[in-house]
Amino acid sequence: MPRPNGEPSADRISAVIADHLHLEGPLLPMLHAMQEEFGHVPQAAVDPIAAALNIGKAEVHGVISFYHDFREAPAGRHVVKICRAEACQSVGGDTLAEATLAKLGLDWHGTTRNGAVTIEPVYCLGLCACAPAAMVDGKVVGRVDEAKMATILKEAGA
Amino acid sequence: MKIYVPRDSAAKALGADDVAAAIAAEAKRRGDAVEIVRNGSRGMIWLEPLVEVEKDGTRRAYGPVSPAEVPALLDGTLGTLGRVEDIPFFARQTRLTFARVGVTDPLSLADYEAHGGLVGLRRALGMTAADIVAEVTASGLRGRGGAGFPTGIKWETVRKAGGERKYIVCNADEGDSGTFADRMIMEGDPFTLIEGMVIAGLGTGATKGYVYIRSEYPDAIEVMEAAVRAARGAGILGAGVLGSGHAFDMEIRMGAGAYVCGEETSLLNSLEGKRGIVRAKPPLPALEGLFGKPTVVNNVLSLATVPVIFEKGAGHYAGFGLGRSKGTMPIQIAGNVKHGGLFETAFGLPLGELVNDIGGGTASGRPVKAVQVGGPLGAYMPVSKFDTPFGYEEFDGQGGLIGHAGVVVFDDTADMLKMARFAMEFCAVESCGKCTPCRIGAVRGVETIDRIRRGDADAKGILTDLCETMKDGSLCALGGFTPFPVMSALTHFPDDFAHHKEAAE
Repeated sequence: MPRPNGEPSADRISAVIADHLHLEGPLLPMLHAMQEEFGHVPQAAVDPIAAALNIGKAEVHGVISFYHDFREAPAGRHVVKICRAEACQSVGGDTLAEATLAKLGLDWHGTTRNGAVTIEPVYCLGLCACAPAAMVDGKVVGRVDEAKMATILKEAGA
Repeated sequence: MKIYVPRDSAAKALGADDVAAAIAAEAKRRGDAVEIVRNGSRGMIWLEPLVEVEKDGTRRAYGPVSPAEVPALLDGTLGTLGRVEDIPFFARQTRLTFARVGVTDPLSLADYEAHGGLVGLRRALGMTAADIVAEVTASGLRGRGGAGFPTGIKWETVRKAGGERKYIVCNADEGDSGTFADRMIMEGDPFTLIEGMVIAGLGTGATKGYVYIRSEYPDAIEVMEAAVRAARGAGILGAGVLGSGHAFDMEIRMGAGAYVCGEETSLLNSLEGKRGIVRAKPPLPALEGLFGKPTVVNNVLSLATVPVIFEKGAGHYAGFGLGRSKGTMPIQIAGNVKHGGLFETAFGLPLGELVNDIGGGTASGRPVKAVQVGGPLGAYMPVSKFDTPFGYEEFDGQGGLIGHAGVVVFDDTADMLKMARFAMEFCAVESCGKCTPCRIGAVRGVETIDRIRRGDADAKGILTDLCETMKDGSLCALGGFTPFPVMSALTHFPDDFAHHKEAAE
């Protein structure tokens, strides 16, 4: 999972934009790159993106807010995504998710007070034959039970 | 000694990376010369990490292997499963689309060619565009993403469309719960998808391709990107495909977590850098698709099946199947099931045989209650419908759909009212917002199911009516098909929707 590399400067934002201008339909790759670079899509990027692509600021904002992936603020140091989809539910994924949230005192998308872990829902990781599934900073984990989740959270410093 | 340890996400999720590292460390300690190949998964997920050791030309399988068992594995004292090909789950399959997955090194072009890769493309290069499309039409291949539209007809529309720029777009936004075949083939045999896209380009006159992969699949994205680079380096992609005068190149693009982008028109909007809002049809994407140009939008499995059709001939492929469902389908058996995984077989196998004989029943050992086929928009099939043969029309006739062929098994502890509520909740979260029946209907659906749960018997009629409206009035399958899981749950499992006060009395 991308880590915030400090405050976004105008120069770094311009550099990310410039890297993607040659693409057809550059906006999504550009936003992904912003998030990779800064840990979120900074508000300060909206104006320069709109100017570079000759679209309205509202349209840029509309795209950022439409997709679940894009954050307007950085996440915790680690992101744990827990699958909520049907195959995971069939083997207790919902119970696992509820227990995890309750243990941390969080709601979905919440971050632990020490900033270590953000818990997010995900709808299918394609690990439906080894459910319940989770993803920790881009790394997949299958057959997650409460013990496995406890280890994950401990390692992440939650 | 060659040792195969899958790099497939499911294998990794069950510890394959640790096993591979343990093998490398142990081999080094012993001074053994061991070559570790990170192959795709053989598809028997309950046996992952499934390790194969090749000695004297024979591959013996072991699994599931833990890092602690690695010394025994190298000693040859670990109990073996024998050859993968002899394991009943595998032996019963007909592998056409998945023929190479798990067998080869996914990123070795030499391996790919040694196992039939590029034979189809070379044949296609000697054919006219019209003949290429005719071959696909003759194979009977239908869209594997769920809609089941004949692939050849789609290609023909694009071939005949005018214009200098056309596109091949691969829909790899495999968001349906219970499905992972796209992911497995991209991670396990990426060149077959590339080859299929190049053939699609030759057949339609398109010179540019995009694979839109969901961001939830970082491993698949990594493998596909490496494969595209390798294919470009080998001249399979570029200004002259395999030295011919035909140009074709492609790019991998990453989605951003919107389920609705699996719908082809919202996928196109997303690729263009817009919100993933569904477009009204017509115009068909085949005529006005990506950036308004004629575009083939095909699912990963459809495109990945094209090479074998050209390698073995349309007749060979069409020889498998049932009725208008021709060829084979990589079925994904998942959820609460003993033997989950990928099972490619000719259409026509009864659902019950898939669940009970091949899947071995539930993992929990409890009786099967329901099976959701076709993802979150698919119907919950009760055990009484287990004789339904696996085919597009056959499932349609039973009020269901096969979709992307995901089969999710639930045992008798499943609360079908809860599952119906989840279907509505999911639709509400993922609705693109363009049409009212989906955007508002899904929210009202959750509320109405909550009323039923509170014991309001009148709410059942309202839910039924609401589902009718969503089915008839929604712009795409998200709002239009959410009634499938909801109504199938309500119809087949009425006890779960019974008046809770009555039940208490």
